[in-house]
Amino acid sequence: MSYVTKSPWIIHYDGSSCNGCDIEVLACLTPMYDVERFGIINTGNPKHADIFLVTGSVNEQNISVIKQIYEQMPRPKVVVAIGICATSGGVFRECYNIMGGVDTVIPVDVYVPGCAARPEAIIDGVVKGLGVLAEKRARLPQELADERARRAESPRDEDDTTEDVITVDVAGGADAAEKGDA
Amino acid sequence: MSGNITVTIISVAAYFILAPFIGGLLAGIDRKLSARFQGRCGPPVLQPFYDVFKLLEKEPVTVNGAQDFYVACCLVFMIITGAFFFAGLSLLLVIFTLTTAGLFLVAAAYSSNSPYAQVGAERELLQMMAYEPMVLLTAVSLYLVTPIYDDYGSVLHSFNVIDIISHTHVGVQYLPGVFIGLLFVLTIKFRKSPFDLSMSHHAHQELVKGLTTELSGKTLAVLEVSHWYENVFLLGFVFLFFANGTALMIVVGVIVCLVAYFFETFIDNVNARMKWQFAFNASWIVSLVCGVVNLLIIYIAVIYFGWGV
Repeated sequence: MSYVTKSPWIIHYDGSSCNGCDIEVLACLTPMYDVERFGIINTGNPKHADIFLVTGSVNEQNISVIKQIYEQMPRPKVVVAIGICATSGGVFRECYNIMGGVDTVIPVDVYVPGCAARPEAIIDGVVKGLGVLAEKRARLPQELADERARRAESPRDEDDTTEDVITVDVAGGADAAEKGDA
Repeated sequence: MSGNITVTIISVAAYFILAPFIGGLLAGIDRKLSARFQGRCGPPVLQPFYDVFKLLEKEPVTVNGAQDFYVACCLVFMIITGAFFFAGLSLLLVIFTLTTAGLFLVAAAYSSNSPYAQVGAERELLQMMAYEPMVLLTAVSLYLVTPIYDDYGSVLHSFNVIDIISHTHVGVQYLPGVFIGLLFVLTIKFRKSPFDLSMSHHAHQELVKGLTTELSGKTLAVLEVSHWYENVFLLGFVFLFFANGTALMIVVGVIVCLVAYFFETFIDNVNARMKWQFAFNASWIVSLVCGVVNLLIIYIAVIYFGWGV
């Protein structure tokens, strides 16, 4: 069994929402629900996180934030969309500035609907995410080997001289183009 | 003489192999205790091991190659520190090697451009400035209460750990102030509230993860293991105050180490994080009042009244 399922560290981001689900996520950490008994730690740092919990829908302003957090997380990583807003946009869906659910920006592995999603449902969603995490963990060595092979075939630019370096897009260029499209 | 060498090799090897297990277990007990203090169930005692194995499985991501090197050096120097200590060598050598390990950690944090890591590194340097005087005072005090005799019968003193633990004095008897001072700065070294400024084991502090913000995967695992080594070695420091070469005091020493660790966990749970100014002032004042005064009394007793000769 993979250790990643025994020690899933989470990072939590709240998009444009009423903060209801946000508070329910934090409720999971309280003595009442105590997710730390599963080894879950709420880290504030994407580089330490395995599971990305997103509450609230995605708007034009936080696309880059969500993308950056996602890209900074080392693999294997899992995204859990919590609450109906994060799942599909919810009541905000038709708003002029709303993209919709989180899956319009980054790939989502588990959806936990609800308004607000109950702590039990959130914990259940994270536990479902653990299954996905274990699968991704099993695939990771192969993925990394493939990437190394690809990089060896076509060396890109000077940034790529050191192995295992991930460059994270700084908000700006790419997102600005997408905003233009939307 | 060969007997001594065998004992030295065995104790260093035991430290090298057992310290990560003991340190990891202590960390697990710490988390369990903290959870119970807060009315929670808490993670399994083996959770720190799961965490480290998990981190080893993660994709390697580093901001630059130097960082991994610095963190690896931190672990190596931490192991060397403990090896010197458990080999019974000079306390001064041990302390300076410990500082070197700490500096490598600071260098690792400085090597990234993350503002959180940078501020964490600066706070770590301030913390080092805060605890270093007391640690040195501890070494000097233990030196003064460890008289040994050379071949001609004149009195020398010794910084060597082997002399300190085998000496018939029980250190804490003469150095209660220094012991209190050491316990105080141990809160900084164990990275416990109110002095966990540069990096906290608890989530969501104002600096994200301070020193370790930019470390992930294997690098973070290496750092975690070096903390385990460090904690075991630091408890060894506490042990020095109780050892006098008898089996009874060894048992007492180990129990006091465990009580000290429990005490630090308790302090961690009942305090909020303070500003660096407080950490700095408080530890220097405690060093001065408890450490220097105690040292002065011992010094006068030794020099003017020939105590211990």
